[in-house]
Amino acid sequence: MISFVLRRLASAVPTLFIVVTISFFLMRFAPGGPFNLERPLPPQTMANLMRTYQLDQPLWRQYLTYITNAVTGDFGPSYIYKDNTVAELIAKGLPYSLELGFYALLVALIGGVLAGTIAALRQNSILDFAIMSVSTIGVTVPNFVVGPVLTLIFAVILAWLPAGSWGDGSLRFLILPMIALALPQLAVFARLTRGSMIEALHTDHIRTARAYGLPARTVVVTHAMRAALLPVVSYLAPCAAALLTGSAVIETIFTIPGVGRYFVLGAINRDYTLVMGTVVLVAIFVIVFNLVVDILYGLLDPRVRHD
Amino acid sequence: MAADSILTVRNLKVAFDTPDGVVEAVKGIDLDVKSGETLAIVGESGSGKSQTMMGIMGLLAKNGRAIGSASYRGKELIGLPMKELNTVRGAKITMIFQEPMTSLDPLYTIGRQIAEPIVHHRGGNFKQAKARALELLELVGIPDPARRINSYPHELSGGQRQRVMIAMALANEPDILIADEPTTALDVTIQAQILDLLKSLQEKFGMAVVLITHDLGIVRHFANRVAVMRRGEVVETGTTIDIFERPQADYTRMLLAAEPSGRKASPPDSAPIILEGRNVCVDYHTGGGLFSRASGTFRAVDDITLRLKQGQTIGIVGESGSGKSTLGRALLKLLPASGHIRFETRDISHFGRSTMRPLRHELQLVFQDPYGSLSPRQTVGEIITEGLYVHAPQLSKVERDRRAIEALKEVGLDPAARNRYPHEFSGGQRQRIAIARAMILKPKVVILDEPTSALDRSVQGQVIELLRGLQTSHDLSYIFISHDLSVIKAMSDYVIVMKNGKIVEEGETDAIFDAPKQDYTKTLMNAVYTA
Repeated sequence: MISFVLRRLASAVPTLFIVVTISFFLMRFAPGGPFNLERPLPPQTMANLMRTYQLDQPLWRQYLTYITNAVTGDFGPSYIYKDNTVAELIAKGLPYSLELGFYALLVALIGGVLAGTIAALRQNSILDFAIMSVSTIGVTVPNFVVGPVLTLIFAVILAWLPAGSWGDGSLRFLILPMIALALPQLAVFARLTRGSMIEALHTDHIRTARAYGLPARTVVVTHAMRAALLPVVSYLAPCAAALLTGSAVIETIFTIPGVGRYFVLGAINRDYTLVMGTVVLVAIFVIVFNLVVDILYGLLDPRVRHD
Repeated sequence: MAADSILTVRNLKVAFDTPDGVVEAVKGIDLDVKSGETLAIVGESGSGKSQTMMGIMGLLAKNGRAIGSASYRGKELIGLPMKELNTVRGAKITMIFQEPMTSLDPLYTIGRQIAEPIVHHRGGNFKQAKARALELLELVGIPDPARRINSYPHELSGGQRQRVMIAMALANEPDILIADEPTTALDVTIQAQILDLLKSLQEKFGMAVVLITHDLGIVRHFANRVAVMRRGEVVETGTTIDIFERPQADYTRMLLAAEPSGRKASPPDSAPIILEGRNVCVDYHTGGGLFSRASGTFRAVDDITLRLKQGQTIGIVGESGSGKSTLGRALLKLLPASGHIRFETRDISHFGRSTMRPLRHELQLVFQDPYGSLSPRQTVGEIITEGLYVHAPQLSKVERDRRAIEALKEVGLDPAARNRYPHEFSGGQRQRIAIARAMILKPKVVILDEPTSALDRSVQGQVIELLRGLQTSHDLSYIFISHDLSVIKAMSDYVIVMKNGKIVEEGETDAIFDAPKQDYTKTLMNAVYTA
């Protein structure tokens, strides 16, 4: 087990390296640069800026400098938020995104698995139909629609909840963004669980369990559910990575100071270092959660146990 | 009602709601299971033999329902609330199923799975139940049970899993054990062990066994009484001796006669060798991922030499994993193999894809699975004429169609079949289509890989007749691969017995069947129950 984890972590190094390399050059090949503003800067100012940020160096040297610095944890200064390094910006925003994402993940997972299980057990009933319809809406309606609609209903018309901002960080402020963030994922979990649960209920070993007179609850919970959760667990990794690293749309709509916004802002403004920083952050989350999920998977399914 | 009947079934019907209306799988049958006896329910696929028991046990699919009466010691089971039914099933009546690979939950240890019904029906905790599970595992002959009790199903072989199922079935000392095709998925030698085990445990525990099977040989050896089912009805019930010696119903007589029989005439000694393999070896590479260290080779076929004469049938017999199918594919150059392969006068050992292509139509292959080997999206006509596009591209559309009609007639199908799709045909008909696909190319050598194994006995006999007929009329040479000795006997001139990739024994069919020399061949022969 330990050797499995170590091997996986070792293989994360080349993965990260490739991700960094590709996104470094992709960013540089995008037209424009961090200082191409609507009103062009005077050439002298531009030259000075380029020199300050070493953007006048040949590309390969910039790349080498970035890699060597990144290894030591220095992701460089942000070009837009000039007083901050990228590491500082992420350190400041990440806790907000993490907290919101964690709640959203919890809601999506528990809600989705419950809804999916109920739908599977009552397959083709009105309840099943209702749950699946709602989750289709959840998947198809984009969150920049869900967010404002939720705000309109609960903050403006009913005035039960605040319309945005982190406020004092209490649950009241988190509910709406959390729901908007969780809804599409909840819908995915519900659909996944329903499908795999229906499949699990039709397996031969479920027939065995029923033939041996085990009560319906034991059959469903201990035998069908555990098998049905395997695909759900697989989806957990990309889902957790996406939710915990923040959503640009949700954070913008609800004015939450998380890291999700940096992705979009950085990309629009050609803030090379900020984009690179967030890319590395997401990559690390994806790698770590995939590892966690593989370990979980091994615990759930003895056939893929790692030794 | 028979006085000593512990399970009395009267006018039992099982019906399924399907998009095409209600389908009655069981049409009002009567059965009696007496204390301590073995009742065999025999029938071909679709006869309703399994659904009868599923109906009684409340295990029908959601769209199915059982109507009528099935009373266990005076307690009516049909329509019993699930909670009450659950006090009977798994305790008084238990079941083992056909599929040992999938009938156990892959996520729990076998010890836990045996313990679960014990805890549920008898109370107590899992620790006590596990102690009982250990006894049971020992009883059913699982080696090293103290260690195995913590194994997961995937760590056991098919035969061992079926033993675990039997342990589970015995755990609560049932009155009736229903065994639904318990050995169909197992190799013959394992089958014999499992059936002997069942028999000895039945004597020990005194329970009744309901044996659902299509295999008359098993019935004859193990059953006291037999019920023959066909299309949802019991056509005949009687003692085993009566059924086999004095069958009353035509259908029973037909079933008994369907056992493969007869022999083919051997080719003359002067017949030329048409396909020869010398020192053929096939290696499979295992493991070897990017970061994984373990990798190795597995020798599936180990130094096999055979010579097939024109008009001859060589039967290759062996259990699963013996390498018999791999050998067949290697001889047709469908797998990379070392050694020498000669077809007619040419050495084809080093032929590649393109050099083999002109020869392919002379070397054909028919597969076991008549369901999986025909494309569901092509008409039968398209399926059987596909090879002509490659091997006889000059043919006109009319000519292709004429050949298709000819090939279908030859395999005993209505030529109108060519405009229909495979799913409209039964298993036996599909196998005929697969044979027609090979025959249309006018092959010289056909490798038949378990062509009858997925078919019912009565259909099997017809396919064997067909294959023998085609062989005579076209002077074909066959390599016939099977695990089924009775089929091998009916088809082959010469038999090769394989195990672990090697030839254990080979010789003329009569010599192998009448006087096997090797222990393994003897074991194989003894494991077969002839009807």
